[in-house]
Amino acid sequence: MYKSALIGLLSMLAAMVLPQAAQAEYADVVMNNYSDAAGMRPVVFPHWYHRIRFRCKVCHADLGFKFKAGGNKITMAKIIDGQFCGACHNGEISWSVENCGMCHSGIAGTPTQIHGSTVQRLVAPTYKKLGNK
Amino acid sequence: MKMKQFFLGVVALSVLPVVASQVEAAQPPLKEVKAAKGHVSTANTFNRLLEKSKARNLPPAEDGIHDPDNDNTHVLQPPKIAYDGLPTTPFGNYVDWVKALDTDLLQPRYDRFDPTIEPLIMDLDIVREVKSTVPDVVFPHKPHTQWLHCSNCHPKIFIPQRKANVMNMSGILLGQQCGVCHGKVAFPVTTQSCTKCHSKPKPADWKPPQSETSLKDPWR
Repeated sequence: MYKSALIGLLSMLAAMVLPQAAQAEYADVVMNNYSDAAGMRPVVFPHWYHRIRFRCKVCHADLGFKFKAGGNKITMAKIIDGQFCGACHNGEISWSVENCGMCHSGIAGTPTQIHGSTVQRLVAPTYKKLGNK
Repeated sequence: MKMKQFFLGVVALSVLPVVASQVEAAQPPLKEVKAAKGHVSTANTFNRLLEKSKARNLPPAEDGIHDPDNDNTHVLQPPKIAYDGLPTTPFGNYVDWVKALDTDLLQPRYDRFDPTIEPLIMDLDIVREVKSTVPDVVFPHKPHTQWLHCSNCHPKIFIPQRKANVMNMSGILLGQQCGVCHGKVAFPVTTQSCTKCHSKPKPADWKPPQSETSLKDPWR
């Protein structure tokens, strides 16, 4: 009883003390290529949830997802057409596209990114791309 | 006993900043008296750029990226529930994904329709000699082919030929070669994870290579 009360108190304190910066899961991808402009919340893709169920190969080899956050130019038209997310999110392998808010769940204005990446952890935030790759 | 000590530690850690701020509020003159002799910048704080300690694996509604005003955010699975029972690491998602696969705790599909299809596993270690003093790199194909397909890396990211791939840590940290995945999705490039790749000790007679300048004029 004493312990649980203290834990509750501590978690309240922690919530007050901790900074409000994003503490999303490592490798969560935010995609905001078109969402903000279309008045939708940006898409958050949880890598961890998907890698528990599928190996990298399924999406990155079979479905042709590039290894680049926001680099696939995914649109709802393509998804409904069965490309990218639509290969599974079609009501057969997973829930279908009418569940807008399941993907479009990000805070408006969040830029396209892969959360927790090395580049994000650099203390000098600006950097130049190397080469043409 | 251990549990109690840990608990006390957590109590002390989380209460300290609160107590400290209250003390500051109660007796402000103490600190100001010391700085009052002249104008001193307030920018000289300790660990100015060090990130604050993070709470791990927060549920979507609290992670700062998902919008808590969106009803669906609260339907999404919190990662902590999913990670229960999986082997841990000190970085990334704090889950050892490769170990989880090896121990059959996870059985992710290799084909999106057929759960019985087995991955094409290649067990070949590639040793990369490193110029600097750190241990040489051993690249194990096995855990990589458990997750990925050959075409994911070859030939676009890595030319499948000995000595054909030039790479360095700066490029990897900025997302090239290994950094296409490591530091983004696969285990991150931190000081805690160096030895995961740099795992083969240098030969006993190994000496660091000298720079051209030193070779030209060792007495400069």
